[in-house]
Amino acid sequence: MSVQTTTTPAAVALAVGKAFDGRSVLEGLDVTVARGEFVALLGASGSGKTTLLRILAGIEAPTTGEVLVPEVRTVVYQEPRLVASMRVWRNVVIGLPNASATRALAVDALREVGLDDHADAWPGTLSGGEAQRVALARALVRQPKLLLLDEPFAALDALTRLRMQDLVAHLCARHRPGVLLVTHDVEEAVVLADRVLVLREGRISVDLPVDLPRPRRIGGPAFDALRDRFLGELGVHREAATSSD
Amino acid sequence: MTQVAAPGVMTAPEPGSGTAPPDGLVRLGPDSAPARRRRFSFALRLVIPVAVFLLWWFLTGTHVIPATALSTPRATWDSFTYLYNRQDLVGDVGVSVRRAALGLALGAGVGTALGIIVGLYRLGEELLDAPMQMLRMVPYPALIFLFIIWFGVGETGKVLFIGLATLFPMYLNTSNGVRNVDRRVVEAARSFGLQGRRLVRQVVVPLAMPSILTGLRFAAGISVIALVFTESIGANQGIGYLVAQANSLDQIPVLVVCVIIYAILGIAADLLVRLLERYAMPWRRHSAVR
Ligand SMILES: Nc1ncnc2c1ncn2[C@@H]1O[C@H](COP(=O)(O)OP(=O)(O)OP(=O)(O)O)[C@@H](O)[C@H]1O
Ligand SMILES: [Mg+2]
Repeated sequence: MSVQTTTTPAAVALAVGKAFDGRSVLEGLDVTVARGEFVALLGASGSGKTTLLRILAGIEAPTTGEVLVPEVRTVVYQEPRLVASMRVWRNVVIGLPNASATRALAVDALREVGLDDHADAWPGTLSGGEAQRVALARALVRQPKLLLLDEPFAALDALTRLRMQDLVAHLCARHRPGVLLVTHDVEEAVVLADRVLVLREGRISVDLPVDLPRPRRIGGPAFDALRDRFLGELGVHREAATSSD
Repeated sequence: MTQVAAPGVMTAPEPGSGTAPPDGLVRLGPDSAPARRRRFSFALRLVIPVAVFLLWWFLTGTHVIPATALSTPRATWDSFTYLYNRQDLVGDVGVSVRRAALGLALGAGVGTALGIIVGLYRLGEELLDAPMQMLRMVPYPALIFLFIIWFGVGETGKVLFIGLATLFPMYLNTSNGVRNVDRRVVEAARSFGLQGRRLVRQVVVPLAMPSILTGLRFAAGISVIALVFTESIGANQGIGYLVAQANSLDQIPVLVVCVIIYAILGIAADLLVRLLERYAMPWRRHSAVR
């Protein structure tokens, strides 16, 4: 049973190509994310990570190829993108059918991200990390089969980011959606993901499982070896002696 | 639950195959419908005007609406060619357009300047906003006789009258737009040393531009309405003068011609503002919602 659930795809991209005004960003890209699998996507700035994520979300159509995605899929963007004119709890259940868009449901989801006491606040009064956690609650409340995260922690301070990473790891282990996390942070990718992809010149150039025991911590020889491997793929070459910061 | 995958094997259907996607997944491919062509969009815009014209033709041709109430398209056309050939219709339209344009330039200029001051500075708001709101509530047609007493029946009074009428929509939308400019962006620009006039010109005004142009669209419409008022009293040239004359002689076709000219002026003004929109806000070419 567990073998089967982990090998059923939550998302498939088949020979996906995307060009903007004739300039090609993705070229014949193939990706599969299994149910319950946590995949991290690395790539240089402008390599097309967000573009791939938007195609998987159904916000943008591919120029060529196709994707297979579940009906219920949600996105956490780099910024919270909350509707300023709705209270926090209404933001969480935004777009749900009226019958199920209850305050109780929203508060439950907010409790999971530790914000149930902010249910009636206005989004404008939240801190950056709080707003991002509301965005996470909004994405989880729909019980997505595919969760798309576009650098959700990029704008956060180091401490909040660590907390958010723990939170996401915990929530994903519990709800088990297929997850695609776009990130710039190689260490974040290695800490969180079951598998790490590197996007380069329109294709997946590296696709490696991360076989480290959980819960993971940054550091240690196995961790450093993996991290340096991905950094190398991104064009960053470190001296072997340089320790992690 | 149906299980398509063999244990340990990833189900990955061939691209383009017509097979049903596995397990409740949906297939998203390239946009199947090509973008609608411009010409088609233009044709759609014409549908309702053409329908109205046909209805007009039908209702007047069959005398459902008598000629004493609305002239037929034919009689209207004859009246137009008469006005065009025998009277100085082009001259009348020219005079009217000039009045409206000058008045609009005056009102929009002053309204924008006041709106920016009030939107930016607390002192400006405290001094100006209340009086402007009071003046705004005075129905401007009520002022037309005062304007004739003050400025006579010449061009000056007419242009000032149109300027006054267009001032308020411009003022309201500009001050509102400036007030709603994203504070965080202004803050960032300030922290990089942008100040005073440069801050206003390079950041505040462009970001408030959507509101300012909405104001301009209202103001352009109102300039034509104000034109009708000011030309119907104490004028000896212009479209309003034609209307006033035709009214007294009960010439319905002439009235219809003038109404159509007003409508065309309105559309032209709106088109101009839209063009300006494209030019003044290149970053909004792809509008957010559509
Ligand atoms: N709507 C658009 N129109 C034109 N070009 C676009 C558009 N969206 C993205 N691009 C281009 O496609 C390329 C990939 O963009 P994308 O946002 O996917 O990069 P990214 O990998 O997410 O980068 P980053 O890590 O900086 O977020 C960029 O060169 C960008 O300029
Ligand atoms: Mg991006």
